[in-house]
Amino acid sequence: MTTYDDRLAAFSGRVLVERRPAPDPVNVPMIRQWVEAMGDANPRYLGEQPVAPASMMQAWTMRGYAPTDASAGAFEELVALLEEGGYTSVVATDSELDFHREVVPGDHLSVEEVVESISAEKRTGLGAGRFVSTLKTYRDSADEVVATQRWRTLRFRPAEPAPEAVLRPRPAINLDNEFWFTAAREERLVVQRCADCKALRHPPGPCCPDCTSFAWDTVEASGRGTLYSYVVAHHPRHPAFDYPLLIAVVELDEGTRLITNLTGATADELTVGMALEVEWLRADADLTLPVFRPVRPREH
Amino acid sequence: MGSLSGQTAIIGIGATEFSKASGRSELQLACEAVVAAIADAGLRPGDVDGMVTFTAESSAEIHVARNTGIGDLSFFSRVPHGGGAACGTVAHAAAAIHAGLAEVVVCWRAFNERSGERYGLGQASRPMDTNADRAAYSWMTPFGLSTPAQWVAMFARRYMHEYGATSEDFGRVAVLDRARAATNPKAWFHGRPITLEEHQASRWIAEPLHLLDCCQETDGGQALVVVSAARAKDLPHVPAYVVGAAQASGRDQHMMTSYYRPTISGIPEMGLVGDQLWAQSGLRPADMQAAVLYDHFTPFVLPQLEELGFCGRGEAASFVADGHLELDGSLPLNTHGGQLGEAYLHGMNGIAEGVRLVRGASVNQPGDVGNVVVTAGTGVPTSALVLGAR
Repeated sequence: MTTYDDRLAAFSGRVLVERRPAPDPVNVPMIRQWVEAMGDANPRYLGEQPVAPASMMQAWTMRGYAPTDASAGAFEELVALLEEGGYTSVVATDSELDFHREVVPGDHLSVEEVVESISAEKRTGLGAGRFVSTLKTYRDSADEVVATQRWRTLRFRPAEPAPEAVLRPRPAINLDNEFWFTAAREERLVVQRCADCKALRHPPGPCCPDCTSFAWDTVEASGRGTLYSYVVAHHPRHPAFDYPLLIAVVELDEGTRLITNLTGATADELTVGMALEVEWLRADADLTLPVFRPVRPREH
Repeated sequence: MGSLSGQTAIIGIGATEFSKASGRSELQLACEAVVAAIADAGLRPGDVDGMVTFTAESSAEIHVARNTGIGDLSFFSRVPHGGGAACGTVAHAAAAIHAGLAEVVVCWRAFNERSGERYGLGQASRPMDTNADRAAYSWMTPFGLSTPAQWVAMFARRYMHEYGATSEDFGRVAVLDRARAATNPKAWFHGRPITLEEHQASRWIAEPLHLLDCCQETDGGQALVVVSAARAKDLPHVPAYVVGAAQASGRDQHMMTSYYRPTISGIPEMGLVGDQLWAQSGLRPADMQAAVLYDHFTPFVLPQLEELGFCGRGEAASFVADGHLELDGSLPLNTHGGQLGEAYLHGMNGIAEGVRLVRGASVNQPGDVGNVVVTAGTGVPTSALVLGAR
C-alpha cells in the first residue's frame, strides 16, 4: 500500500518545471529599470560592456502576468498532493544561488526545476509543514549552465490562531481578604493573627473563632511547610492551567494550611508529608500567588 | 412539645423520569414531581399547606404552588448548601408539622442538572462577587481547584494516606451501586453493571478519583409528602415514619473544602447528624436494616459509615470489602443504585428509596426493613433521616 509519504517521496528527482526559455534575451532596458528600482549605482551594469546584476537571475525567466495553462504539470500535481495533506500555505524559506559565469546582454536563458527532497513533517512557528527543496538550473542558449539555485519553500498547514491568553479565575477581593492578596503581590506570604489571643487563622475572616476578638494583624510565614494532601486534576480543563494540574493543601510550619499549586515535581514524585517551600507565581499583572516546590538538598 | 421522633411520616413520593435531557423547564419537572407525590399520598393539591425546597432550587414555592393548584401556604422554607439540604427538607417539614405550623408539607427538588447548568464543570467560570459565599472561592479557584470531584479528591488522598485505603476500596462502592442500578428499571444505568476492573481502567478525573468514582449528572425531579403520624394512618400507603431527622454543620465548616480542621479524614458534620439521629430515636446503628448513603463521589461513603457508627474509624474499607453492604449483608446499601447508578437528584431520590424500603416496595427489597438511615450531601453542612415502619 502506498502511503502519503511514499507518494511525496516519489517526487524526489522529478522535473517539477520543464526547461522553460526566458521570454526575452538579457537586455539593457530591463537592466536599467532594475538598477534604478534597486538604487544600485554600480557602473558595471550600464557601462561600455554591461553585465546583468546577479540578483536578476530569476527575473529573466519569470513567467509574465498573463494566465498560464495550469493543468497537469508536475508542479500542479505536487501542489495538489500537498494540499491533500493539508499543507495549503506556502512561504519561501531560503535561496542559495551559485553563479558559474556573468550574464550579459544577448544571453538567452532558460530555467529547469527539479525536486531534490521533501522533508518529513516538521513543527514550525507557522504550523506543521514540509520543506520542499528544489534545484533550479539556469542555462544559456548553448546549454551551458550559468547559475544554479537551491530553492526551499515551506508548505504548511496554518496553525490555529493562538488562543487569547486566558487568565486564572479572579479571587473575589473584599474587606476580609484583601490584605492577603495585596501581600502576595509583594511576594509576602502572610497569615492572619488575632491581635488579642495571637491565634493564627486561614482562610482569614473578620472575627477570631477562639476569642471573638475583631482585632487582628498578620505575621509573615517562613514559606516552609509540608504536603498535607493533593489532587492531580485532569478534567474538566480550564484554559488558564496546564494539565495534569497539581493542587495541594500545604500545612505551613506556622500551623495553618492553605490551598496552593505544586511546582518543580511530577505527580509520581509526591508523597504526603514531604517538605515544601514557597515560590512565587506571577500569574498575570494583577495576580501573584504562592505556589510550593519540594525542598531540594542544599547545594554547596 | 416532646420528641420529634415518630410524630410525622413520609406518605407520598413522586418523581419524573431520570434523564440527561428532559426537554422541559425545571419548573415543569418540579410540578410533575410534586403532582405525582401528592397523588401517591392519596391527597389533593389543595390539601398542601407547606412547602420546603433547597436554596439551590430554581423554582420558588410560589411558582410550583400556583401551577399545581396548591393554594394557601402557612409554612415554607428553604435549606442551603447543595445536596446537604436533602434530608433537611424533611426535617423542616417534620418540625413544622410537629409545631403546628402546617399539616401537609411537600418537599421537592428538580433540575436540568445535565442539560442545563452542570455542577460538575465547577466554579471557575461563575461570576464573582464579594459576598462571603463567593469570596470563599478566592482560596480555591485561582489555583484551579474548582470542581466537586477535585474538592473530594483532596479528602480522599488524605483518607488513603491515614488509613491505607486504596482506589479499589472506593471502587467497590461504585460496583455495588451499579449492581443495584442494573436491576432498577428507573435507574439511568439499568442493565449496565460494572466490574472493579472497569472502575480501575476508567480515566482519571481528579486523582485519586477515576471517572467511575464520580456520580452522573441528571435531569429530573423528586418530591415527597410529609404529614403527621395521625393523618398518615388514614392514607393509602404504609407510612415511612420520620423516626429521626437532623441537620448539622461542624466546627470550621466550609463548602466542600473543610481542609483546615485538625484532621480531614472524617466528616464531623455527619457524626453530629448521627449523634442526633440515635439520640432522637433511641436506636443504634445495629437497628438499621438498610442504608441510603449520599454517594456523589465514592470516597465519602467510607467515612460516612464510620461517622454513623457502622464501623470504627479507618475500618470502612474492610467493612465494605467484607460484604456488609450487599443485599444479603448486615446493611444493604443504596438499593436503588444510588446517585452513581440511579440518578443524581441531590439526594432526594435516596429519601424516596428509603420510603420504598419501609413500604417493602424497593425493586431490590432486601427483606423487611424496620428502619433505614438516609443521608444527604457530604463535605457540606448536611442532614440525615431515620425512616421507620414504626
